Amino acid sequence: MVDLRKGEQHVNDQKYKLTLCDGPTCIHNRSREIRESIESEIEKQGLSGQVSIHLSGCLGMCKKGPILIVNPGYVMYGQVQPEDIPAIIKSHLVEGNPVAGKVIQEDHLYNRFFRIFGDVDFFGKQMRITLRNCGIIDPENIDDYLSVRGYEALAKVLTEMKPTDVVAEVKKSGLRGRGGAGFPTGLKWEFTANQKSDEKYVICNADEGDPGAFMDRSAIEGDPHTVLEGMVIAGYAIGSRKGIIYIRAEYPLAIARLEKAIAAAREHGLLGDNILDSDFSFDIEIRLGAGAFVCGEETALIRSIEGARGMPRPRPPYPSVSGLFGKPTLINNVETWANIPVIVLDGGDWFNAIGTETSKGTKVFALAGKVRNTGLVEVPMGTTLRKIVYDIGGGIPNDKPFKAIQTGGPSGGCLPAEYLDTQIDYESLAKAGSIMGSGGMIVIDEDSCMVSLARFFIEFTQDESCGKCTPCREGTKRMLEILTRITKGNGKEGDIEKLQRLGRMIQKSSLCGLGQSAPNPILSTIKNFREEYEEHIREKKCRAGQCAALLSYVVNDKCVGCGACKRVCPVNAVEGTRKEKHRILEDVCIRCGQCYDACKFDAITKA
Amino acid sequence: MTDKITIHINNKEYQVDLGQTIMQAADKLGFHIPRLCYHPKLSIEGACRVCIVEVEGARNYVASCAFPVSDGMKIHTNTQLLRKARRDIIELILDNHPLDCHTCERDGNCELQRLAASMGIRHRHFEGEKKHYEKDLSSDAVIRDPDKCILCGRCVRMCSEIQQVHNLTQAHRGFNTVVMPAYNMPMGDSVCTACGQCINVCPTAAFLEKNYTQELFEKLNDPDLIKVAQFAPSVRAAIGEAFGLEPGRNMEGELVAALRKLGFDYVFDTQFAADLTIMEEGSEFLERFQNGGTLPMITSCSSAWMKCMEQFYPDLIDNISTCKSPMSMQSAITKSHFANKIDVDPKKILSVAVMCCTAKKYEAARPELEVDGMRSTDIVVTTREAAWMIKSAGIDLLGIEPEEPDHPLGVSSGAGAIFGTTGGVMEAAIRTAYELYTGETLVDIEVAAIRGLKGIKEGKINIDGKEIRVAVAHGLGNACKLLDEVRRDPDKYHFIEIMGCPGGCVGGGGQPYAQVNTIPLDDEALKKRAEALYDLDRAKTIRRSHDNPDVQKLYKEFLHSPLSKVSHKYLHTHYKKKTPVGIVPKTQL
Repeated sequence: MVDLRKGEQHVNDQKYKLTLCDGPTCIHNRSREIRESIESEIEKQGLSGQVSIHLSGCLGMCKKGPILIVNPGYVMYGQVQPEDIPAIIKSHLVEGNPVAGKVIQEDHLYNRFFRIFGDVDFFGKQMRITLRNCGIIDPENIDDYLSVRGYEALAKVLTEMKPTDVVAEVKKSGLRGRGGAGFPTGLKWEFTANQKSDEKYVICNADEGDPGAFMDRSAIEGDPHTVLEGMVIAGYAIGSRKGIIYIRAEYPLAIARLEKAIAAAREHGLLGDNILDSDFSFDIEIRLGAGAFVCGEETALIRSIEGARGMPRPRPPYPSVSGLFGKPTLINNVETWANIPVIVLDGGDWFNAIGTETSKGTKVFALAGKVRNTGLVEVPMGTTLRKIVYDIGGGIPNDKPFKAIQTGGPSGGCLPAEYLDTQIDYESLAKAGSIMGSGGMIVIDEDSCMVSLARFFIEFTQDESCGKCTPCREGTKRMLEILTRITKGNGKEGDIEKLQRLGRMIQKSSLCGLGQSAPNPILSTIKNFREEYEEHIREKKCRAGQCAALLSYVVNDKCVGCGACKRVCPVNAVEGTRKEKHRILEDVCIRCGQCYDACKFDAITKA
Repeated sequence: MTDKITIHINNKEYQVDLGQTIMQAADKLGFHIPRLCYHPKLSIEGACRVCIVEVEGARNYVASCAFPVSDGMKIHTNTQLLRKARRDIIELILDNHPLDCHTCERDGNCELQRLAASMGIRHRHFEGEKKHYEKDLSSDAVIRDPDKCILCGRCVRMCSEIQQVHNLTQAHRGFNTVVMPAYNMPMGDSVCTACGQCINVCPTAAFLEKNYTQELFEKLNDPDLIKVAQFAPSVRAAIGEAFGLEPGRNMEGELVAALRKLGFDYVFDTQFAADLTIMEEGSEFLERFQNGGTLPMITSCSSAWMKCMEQFYPDLIDNISTCKSPMSMQSAITKSHFANKIDVDPKKILSVAVMCCTAKKYEAARPELEVDGMRSTDIVVTTREAAWMIKSAGIDLLGIEPEEPDHPLGVSSGAGAIFGTTGGVMEAAIRTAYELYTGETLVDIEVAAIRGLKGIKEGKINIDGKEIRVAVAHGLGNACKLLDEVRRDPDKYHFIEIMGCPGGCVGGGGQPYAQVNTIPLDDEALKKRAEALYDLDRAKTIRRSHDNPDVQKLYKEFLHSPLSKVSHKYLHTHYKKKTPVGIVPKTQL
């Protein structure tokens, strides 16, 4: 049997352990060059053999990247550039003095989870269960995972628990599916476990498709073994021998790390026949998706794995009864899987104590939009939106007023300021008119037009509709047309009512969750920002100044006649003689805004 | 064993069987929930959402075609909100539909039209952009018109589930979704077998046969041409439906009279050539059976099946009978022996076939079926096209005095009649082969084991102490299943009959559209059409092909004997392996 403890040693061998964030944003910001620089500096400064370099998955703190962590001491450097490396190596590793200017350091708080960067405010206010190892361990090194109690839960399950015990523990935890719908995970396991079948499947849904969402990708890139471990445990619990991870081909780094992790797990006897010398055998393979949004819907995903066009089918039968190739199938999302090992190790009761009455544990959000600290945040259920936006997110840049927050990805709703104290859980968000979804969270300030925003999202869902059912295929197209004409200044009386009528019908009648939730951004913005729609339609006015067709540019009395606007105008819409006030011809103007940007005298008014 | 449960529909309580969908339960109780993509022979799609109902406690409306009933379920099929949603869904379909009903071939026969009428859509609220695609006219048989398509997916399911041709699929997403062959290949180059079942199940006119009626009217008015018609067995059993009759009325005499009135100089009966086919095919089988030829021998009458075999089962080409189909035999004799007999240049003969089949249009264009350098069948029209022509010419098919087909290619036996239904070719062949082999007359000539609508039927016939194992498949999907079995166990059968369409020719892709309140390819209708042919057989004094006096005369005057040199020239053909475009043959992998 594999020695699950030997990882600890591996970590303690060297004098210094450097961890470099290898998430896509950091890679984009030259983290790979930094790595080369570190390697050569270590050589140069005579530290060969004393320092190990590890890569981590995305830490979620993308705004501060690239991030370099020096252990022991968990000293975290932010916005590191290759040029900074010689000084850091010399001062910190050779002389023992961290380079103060580069260290991200705030009050010292200690997070409950393993070793975490609690002294950094961004992390200190989070609670990391799903992402507990992301940024801590080298995702490409199974020993690193073993050193943080990796696969211990699996060992516990195989040696101490009956399959029914495992299901009971997951049920006790109160964990609900993190893919969006929030179905109780334990029940899903129980349904699948109760099916009699010669073959059953366990599927990991890693087809993360929401624009701007990268929770699942980061979880896999930072800690692939956790997902594998969760799936193997489920295989044991429901009586399956075969797991499949369905992941989009656009995630090459995550795929590479999964492949490496699967190979390493097989080598260590943690996957394959007779896992940890038990009677239980389970293996996992990866299937790549072509990136259709709808393939995140479980029945479409299953069809895609089967080799057919990814289109949802009506349920029942649910996959737990008839799933992949007609066999009982347990399908959970990446984030759900990542919770399983912790629940097994620390117990369902412990997990159940976190969160709210109906929603337990933590949830990862991809915080984006008009907020200072964009990135990945994991918070306990029940945290308020305000806390995420202002405490963790650091508020809105330039202290502009908060206008709305859009949760749940492209099919979520937009909530205005009066909902900022809404607790995040499945029911509260639904009551407020939005959804948990898979965890997208976009902060909106007054510069955003709510009609354009709604239009953007319905354009996405219309584009990604599989085309199977009428309400989603045809209905979202008509909604998009109506919204487009409103933003172009051609809106008509009655358009709002048409949008509502279509929206409600689509919600009630569509085949799958994509269609049923597609009208959410529109219905919620109509509910909460109806006056903006009315302004667009009646006054042909966009208060955020975002709908180009509704803007007009007018030269005011500050004009000195310098001619800068005239020179940049691509359509010759500006006329006037030098040193005299100029004029913009409204009929010719295409509202590109170049004159506005070019004017140094504030002489052009946008209205 | 079924359990009874209680459900409520529209506040009334009913006892129903467990294990069925809401739609099935409602149908039996007399609630016809509106529907569009649903077809009882195809898998549940749940796509159109027209059949939505409200189930108390459910968050959203459910598709009644897919949702099972459960005890205590409270269902509403007709609330105001539900009616409005259903109406809006149908309007959304109409909003993206050409609405050129008056010039559409399905006018009066369109399920969408009927549905819209029943919903009472008087205003349109959501009009906007409509899709536009070019019509695909590349095939000789089947036209694809995506503008008319409402994406119900029936054709896709028909093509893959029943026919297993897998030619059609949805492609692209959202508003741009369209049904097309793989790689958007033209239908004519695709693996389409031209069976026309997509036309049968299409609720609108997104699939149609290539229409030759105008060309035919033109030629019928050409005084220099000798106009010769033939009509397939199952046309007579179905054409009445296009005139409002119940399925299964034999309209043979009326059809002959109507074709004469349309301007044909000679009206022959394809059943004559069916008898001829049996003479050749029966002899070919005995020849193979006695002399160690390739077995099982497989029939070759069905043109869709021919293309299917050449594409997907080219390894079985040697098993296929070399006999042409009855249509092509009839045309070949028409343009050779018959032309001689009436002393005209065969080039002056217009050979027209009225067929239950769309694939016959494809077959007629196959170059290997040319006779003396001429196309043997000039024009093929389907039962539907013929019915339209008869109406268009103002001929009263229902009131017309029945007439007899012409000599010398018009007399047929009962065996020729049953060619139109699954199992019929085999039964006819057995009647003749038995006698040719034993020299004795088969007494019990009705072979029950191979009648009926079971997908694959098997039978054993004892001929002179030798057991002949036969099998019959109808619908290309069943054919594929049977042939996979042949690949596994080549010795399992001696003789196999395959018809490409469900039910055989009676269910052909060119048969009349389903009438109001019926569904396409309804089993009951297929059975009634088949029964009309069996009735015809029973009513005949001559029930064996070799007893047909005109067939005997033809051999005496022209062909000499079955499988003779002349026979081979005019009545037999050959097949070629066809590699579907885009599919890499195993040998190249």
